[in-house]
Amino acid sequence: MVLHNKKLAALCLAVLVLLFALQFVLSSYMILAATRILILAVFAMGYNMLMGYTGLLSLGHAMFFAAGVYASGMVTYYFGVSLPLAFLIGILGAFAASLIIGLLVLRTQTVSFMIVTLMFAQAAYLTTLYFSRYTGGDQGLTLPTSARSFRLFGQILDMTSDLTRYNIAFAVFAVTLIGLYLITQGPIGRLFVAVRENEDRTRMLGFDTYRIKLVAFTVSGTVSGMAGALYGLMFGFVGSSFAAFQTSIEALLYTLIGGPGTLLGPLLGTTVMTMLIDRLSGLTTAYLVVIGVLLIVVTLWFPAGILGTIRNRWLPWLK
Amino acid sequence: MNIAPYLLLATLEGLVQASVLMLTALGLSLVFGVMRVVNVAHGEFFMLGAVGAWICATLIPGPPAVAFVAALVLAPLFVGAIAWAADWAILKRIDYNPEATIVATIGLMYIIQQTTLWSFGPNAQAVDAPFYYTLRFPWFGYSTYKFFIIGAAVVLVGGLLYFLRHSKVGLVMRATQFDRETAQNFGISVGRVYSIVFAVGAMLAAIGGVLVVPAQQAHYLMGHDPLLLSFVVVIVGGLGSIPGTIAAAILIGMSDGLLSVFFSPTLAKIFSTLLVALVLVFKPEGLFGKAGR
Repeated sequence: MVLHNKKLAALCLAVLVLLFALQFVLSSYMILAATRILILAVFAMGYNMLMGYTGLLSLGHAMFFAAGVYASGMVTYYFGVSLPLAFLIGILGAFAASLIIGLLVLRTQTVSFMIVTLMFAQAAYLTTLYFSRYTGGDQGLTLPTSARSFRLFGQILDMTSDLTRYNIAFAVFAVTLIGLYLITQGPIGRLFVAVRENEDRTRMLGFDTYRIKLVAFTVSGTVSGMAGALYGLMFGFVGSSFAAFQTSIEALLYTLIGGPGTLLGPLLGTTVMTMLIDRLSGLTTAYLVVIGVLLIVVTLWFPAGILGTIRNRWLPWLK
Repeated sequence: MNIAPYLLLATLEGLVQASVLMLTALGLSLVFGVMRVVNVAHGEFFMLGAVGAWICATLIPGPPAVAFVAALVLAPLFVGAIAWAADWAILKRIDYNPEATIVATIGLMYIIQQTTLWSFGPNAQAVDAPFYYTLRFPWFGYSTYKFFIIGAAVVLVGGLLYFLRHSKVGLVMRATQFDRETAQNFGISVGRVYSIVFAVGAMLAAIGGVLVVPAQQAHYLMGHDPLLLSFVVVIVGGLGSIPGTIAAAILIGMSDGLLSVFFSPTLAKIFSTLLVALVLVFKPEGLFGKAGR
């Protein structure tokens, strides 16, 4: 197999080594924060796949994140399915949701694409509230103690241990990063970028752009849902807030800050934003204002994000 | 059980909601029609109108009617000024790029919401109606103020239509909507038209908020539902089409009122969000179709 963009591959590897090493230096509070960052970064990377590389700005990725949360959480809660299997079911649920929704929403473009994704996500959010007898609604469901650990290859993995959680999150993150590296830096990734840059021309060159977009949409939704499934199972909680509009906006903001269309941008964006929000959470809901201000500031002066700006100025391989 | 009183009540409630919705949705429709951008913060302008009415009611002494009339003038002006400032500070600088505008107005929505939460507080606040007179039906009494809402909305919408059709500014607006480049070639300052339209759109939402607050309550999150319903109306009615928006507002307002009486409001909302999505997916040409230019 040809390895495209070797410099980026080396950088990704370095980042992975660094992330793995972090668990030996960070305090347990920071480990917990880092675990959350890694999972949310997977979510943002899934989002970036569609928004950054393919140029489709979705306002509804909360529904795929929530599809993962609910599909995995509900089977664990109601049927006592073991965690690894529930995780797979979560991914499958998100895959099905993103394929079906993708078939519909990809008939639209630009502004109406944004509105349609937003509306479907709102409908999904309201549905979780409407069926609160089963979903727990706003209160959510807390997974029972039996679902807080699992056995894998004769080893018992405890979901309440900080280090176990960090390493699982790290493993999922690493797999996602490598997978998305292979997709985005290879020939398929070039097709995604071609659709972003000029869809008509790509179609004229003989490519089925609807299909390309559907692939990007499904991969994006599935990765987002995988992050959701991981988040729900790892912290033992399933709730409507995961499906709320704000979840979609957070993925958008993480991607915008880090740099849309850069592989490592979402990780950087998630880290910066999570740290910032953590600092500000003392001021009650102040962070919503910060999100608002940042959305405007980024659109006005900083549309390429941190890594995007670095790429445009100095390092063209950073994509 | 006799169903007639329920139907009458639901129809009246539907008409009141349809009138407020008509004003709010016309604001969104006007902005989309002329400027080709979607303003996600539109619901917050509605909310600011309602909060403005409450501020007027607390600060201005005397009978509630005085404060109400003052609110009807001051709140829209205040909201219009905010919208004008937002247009100048944000939308002009991103050159009304449709996607960037949505992202930026989402930001604006959060800022307005949280600023209101800080200054106004998390509690819902009631405002006295300018007059109390209850019309007695055989089954229930109904506040005449709600009839006033319907009347006021009809007069305002009539005035707006007249203004668009017969005034110079209205002509310039329609010319810009019809063909931006040609309008510019004829010496129309498109930038100025955009600022005016954005402010007028926000003011329409604010008037809706002022009208609704004696019947409802002012709350910092009250902008969500009007925003959603305005989307439904504007999209079902055909984007930028004023008569379509009016017709759809009556249809949606009435049916939402009826649905909410007989079904859970959440279910009614699920239905309307899916309606918007499916109309846009399966019938885009009459609606957002022209947005691609």
